[in-house]
Amino acid sequence: MLLLCITGLPLIFHHEIDDLLHSEVKAADVPPGTPTADLDRLLANALENSSLKSPHFLIWDHDDPNAMLVSVGEHITSDSTRNRFVRMDLHTGAYLDSPDVTGRFTYIMFKLHVDLFAGLPGKLFLGLMGILFCVAVVSGIVVYAPSMRKLDFGTYRRNRPRIVRWLDVHNLAGILLVMWTLVVGFTGVINTWADLVLKAWQYGQLAEMTAQYRDRTLPAKLTSVQAAVDVAKQAVPGMTPSFVAFPGTVFSSKSHYIVFLKGDTPVTSRLLKPALIDAETGKLTDSRDMPWYVTTLFISQPLHFGDYGGMPLKILWALLDILTIFVLSTGIYLWLRRRKAGVSVDRAVAQVSAAEGSAVNGSAANVSAANVPQTSS
Amino acid sequence: MMAGVRRHRTLGQIFAAPIVVGVLSVVGLVAALIGDGWWDALSWLSLTLPVLLYFFFVGRRNRPRLTGK
Repeated sequence: MLLLCITGLPLIFHHEIDDLLHSEVKAADVPPGTPTADLDRLLANALENSSLKSPHFLIWDHDDPNAMLVSVGEHITSDSTRNRFVRMDLHTGAYLDSPDVTGRFTYIMFKLHVDLFAGLPGKLFLGLMGILFCVAVVSGIVVYAPSMRKLDFGTYRRNRPRIVRWLDVHNLAGILLVMWTLVVGFTGVINTWADLVLKAWQYGQLAEMTAQYRDRTLPAKLTSVQAAVDVAKQAVPGMTPSFVAFPGTVFSSKSHYIVFLKGDTPVTSRLLKPALIDAETGKLTDSRDMPWYVTTLFISQPLHFGDYGGMPLKILWALLDILTIFVLSTGIYLWLRRRKAGVSVDRAVAQVSAAEGSAVNGSAANVSAANVPQTSS
Repeated sequence: MMAGVRRHRTLGQIFAAPIVVGVLSVVGLVAALIGDGWWDALSWLSLTLPVLLYFFFVGRRNRPRLTGK
């Protein structure tokens, strides 16, 4: 869990860190309302500048409204997680750059945080750790009660030995952060199931929507992707495209472009809605809301990332994360002390306090009665 | 109030403040999802509270206090 908290910390600011560490070609600044480039032209231009030639996805950059990412692979069937992103200027259609991100600090942190470089088993392992973390938080609430029976809320006995101070810090920070850690922990667990959710959607709703296309092969020639986006926008008014999956990729069937559209509030911008466009005729064949399990995943993403309330929320996320690291490390310390002493922390605290109390002024009772005015010490 | 006085707190007393902080945390977590602008500000305020309380309690001087909180 410490690893997850520590690697998660830079990930909160991954965009800012990348900006700082790696120069990227900026997209042209344009006044609001500038029309976007023709996507077919943009795509052709992207492929011209890429060593890989098979486009998998067109992604409107979440962090930069002037840029578009083209995710390209070797073949249409090759593993999309190994794709290269080609950054394009959304308005001029010009090629920006195509950096190799796999050596980046943020990428390494990301892999350590998400799957320990071990793919799906790594994810599921970390998911299990996440579940244990949530259990630990709940058990923390349970033992908080007896521990605080004689103490005021917020008690911090600053002049006591380390075990007492750290117990207080652990209790205080732990109980203050309890909702945040539970939410971030549990939404993190849900995120580890993302691959499974995608599979469930492929074999569930997507298979249903594309049933009559099941035996088709990839179209020899694809219709215009710009036209597909236009059709999708018309079919789902009030939403804007978030990404396009090309026929044959994991997010689509062999016969369709799927345009995933998003809403315009923080929450609806996470809830994607697919519009299926036949890539041979260019006609809309279906558009449905996502099933509940995908919606749950979509909602749990921002709640885990903390990227839905501007920079102040990111900073808060970092502060809360640092405090959680405190809670974890004081927790480990208390546990080690307990193991060493062979007694419970409460007992150890009482022992330390009793010894100290008799040495100082004989008042062992102010161990736990912090609201009693303390004699100078 | 010296040695010997042991007021045991009830579960309600122990968890009153944590529940308030917890509820506000949930409000904060959800608010920024609902909207921008004021919703974001509400979220920032309610999620700052636990951080502030932590530093308040850990940072405050151990002076004799007349009133319990």
